[in-house]
Amino acid sequence: MDFNYTEEQLALQDTLRRFIARDYGFEHRRESAKSTDGFDRSAWKTFADFGILALPFPEGFGGLNGNAVDTMLVMEMLGRGLALEPYVSTVVLCGGLIRDAGSTEQKETLLPAVAGGELMLAFAHFESGSRYAVDHVATTATANGHGWKIDGAKAVVLGAPSADKLLVSAKDGKGISLFLVDAKIPGVTLRAYPTQDGARAADVKLAGVQVGADALIGTAGNALPAIERALDYANAALCAEAVGIMSALNEVTLEYLKTRKQFGQPIGKFQALQHRMADMVIATEQARSMATLAAVRADSADAAERSRSVAAAKAYVTQSARLVGQQAVQLHGGMGVVDELNVSHYFKRLTMIGLTFGDADYHLGRFSDTLTMPHECF
Amino acid sequence: MDLNFTTEEQLFREEVRGFLRAKLPAEISHKVLGGKRIEKSDFVRWQQLLNEQGWGAIAWPEAFGGTGWNAVQQHIFDEECADAGAPMQLPFGLKMVAPVIMEFGNPAQQQRFLPHIVDGSDWWCQGYSEPGSGSDLASLTTRAVREGDHYTVNGQKTWNTLGQYADWIFCLVRTSTEGRRQKGISFLLIDMKTPGITVRPIIMLDGEHEINEVWFEDVRVPLENLIGEENKGWTYAKFLLGHERTGIAGVGRSKRELKKLKEIAATETTNGRPLIEDQRFRDRIAQVELELMALEITNLRVISAEGEKKRAPGPEASILKIKGSEIQQMLSELQMQALGHYALPYTEEALEADWPGDPWMPDYADYAAPLSGHYFNYRKTSIYGGSNEIQRNIISQMILGL
Repeated sequence: MDFNYTEEQLALQDTLRRFIARDYGFEHRRESAKSTDGFDRSAWKTFADFGILALPFPEGFGGLNGNAVDTMLVMEMLGRGLALEPYVSTVVLCGGLIRDAGSTEQKETLLPAVAGGELMLAFAHFESGSRYAVDHVATTATANGHGWKIDGAKAVVLGAPSADKLLVSAKDGKGISLFLVDAKIPGVTLRAYPTQDGARAADVKLAGVQVGADALIGTAGNALPAIERALDYANAALCAEAVGIMSALNEVTLEYLKTRKQFGQPIGKFQALQHRMADMVIATEQARSMATLAAVRADSADAAERSRSVAAAKAYVTQSARLVGQQAVQLHGGMGVVDELNVSHYFKRLTMIGLTFGDADYHLGRFSDTLTMPHECF
Repeated sequence: MDLNFTTEEQLFREEVRGFLRAKLPAEISHKVLGGKRIEKSDFVRWQQLLNEQGWGAIAWPEAFGGTGWNAVQQHIFDEECADAGAPMQLPFGLKMVAPVIMEFGNPAQQQRFLPHIVDGSDWWCQGYSEPGSGSDLASLTTRAVREGDHYTVNGQKTWNTLGQYADWIFCLVRTSTEGRRQKGISFLLIDMKTPGITVRPIIMLDGEHEINEVWFEDVRVPLENLIGEENKGWTYAKFLLGHERTGIAGVGRSKRELKKLKEIAATETTNGRPLIEDQRFRDRIAQVELELMALEITNLRVISAEGEKKRAPGPEASILKIKGSEIQQMLSELQMQALGHYALPYTEEALEADWPGDPWMPDYADYAAPLSGHYFNYRKTSIYGGSNEIQRNIISQMILGL
């Protein structure tokens, strides 16, 4: 048992921390959110230079062989900066799916392009009407002489408007398969919109979309385990992002309590507010513990153990994030509910994280259903 | 970053398990696991058995007879002891007064007191709180007046846990009323057999005699029983409270109680199905388990960091105390709730180890009988050791600088 980061991890953390503090200020972020892409392409290039776009891929495919703890560390820093770049969509989810389910040829073509920042991807999986159920896919894929024809609709595909290619899940009669679909080909239509936290997403319609046989990722009908793993990995990443945001939010709130004066003294002298701040700190420390658990277990070969830990972490971190976000707004008074300060933006991102890839109730339910499973610790 | 136990740590766990299988008396673990009343003799016997193994005071420095185990080993030991149904080692001697004697006591005091703590021959109790001094401890008024070769102590202490069995009490007493009130407090060790000491029971809400009032009337205490310097007792008192709060996380015991809660929920039925299959109740168990998972890791993070820095527990211990006590309370509440109708009967005799059960009651009434009492009793956990509100003050002031 060891709670320390390695030297390399600490160096990466330091690099990202300095980048966020120096080059990814709140006003810059605001401008990026207003731009057409909704993020900063030069920041994406910097991410490629830092190597974080290559992090979770094997060395043989241009990657750095990083594990989920490395991803945790990156996500925590991206959280602090409220980074808008579609890191989870492109690298964690789609990159992870190609890494785990793709053929050697697909990995050789796609992963170095992701690592280099030249290829952006989005995971078109969830559909309207099935909420967070991972195995519910109504979109169909029909084999034909040219490959596959895909029909269906995908809901709130994060990062889709900027994606070069979509990773689309579809039922092919045997089971769920994954297809790499160029976002610009006939039959693919996007209704793009900003999300509450300033990022971009789209609803995607797939009407008679014809793709070649080589668009199939892995083998037909067998994609569900890889999808489950990718979503666990993504949820672990979101937990870490939330912890980064909570830490930053606690810092700005504490500063506000020390500087804002009412009744002739800093409001942090009032016990009602002190205790609330103490509860926010406790919630953040506890959430950090669970995010750590999720990161360590996201790499577990035991799928049941992995899912159980990530579900536990996502449920708990979401609950903690709700407390910290809501109370940070409350402690800032009127300043908490204006657009001008970063507080409301942190709050909105925390809230959206809680609703992405399963909310607290969904993950509590997943965890609760495993309660009778034997386990040694945690 | 690795949350898995190393091979050495797993072997260590096996060693502890082996010891517990061989040495923990079944009649004692039966009481602990069944929530029965634990006698003084049970506590003392278990302390003696641990001491014979060299494990009487695992957290002490090796120079004083400790084990030199690191934080993870100590955690494993606590967890295994709790799981096997070992009685908790009472903290008053081992975790409270002993660190103070080691840090601030003189060699004569160390030689006189520490060996009797670790071998279980001296039972210690705590003399901090007074009727007028709870959370505001520095307002205490029990007086110690220096007269020749002794102090004369007059006053009253309260919320004294298991002092009815005690050989010694460590007391905060007022030796000066000048200047800041924290500056006039001293730390005295007092023999409970000294004339003038009266112990009066306070019956708690579960009907049990666990705490007492202790009255001091012209009690003569030799000067050699003063720890450190006169009027510096507040420093020692705060040092002690930091040590008290770490053990209070109680992760091992809460894991045992969570397991018991699941067992109860698997035995109880509702509409012919085990209660644990009722989603509404199971989600409540799941919620506590989440809290406990997080606390276990937080606890390990805190104690590992302390171990690396070789420092005494800091204000982070307040986080452990708050979450630990809340979890203990949630678990006891759910255990009670799981019983349904049989949460209601008050069956005092069921606390006796040899209670044969009641033919009128269902089979599970044997484990059921103590649980509502535990719930009531466990309301104490967010009050003692510095109430959870005081802990939040500590976090605000010591960690956040508010």
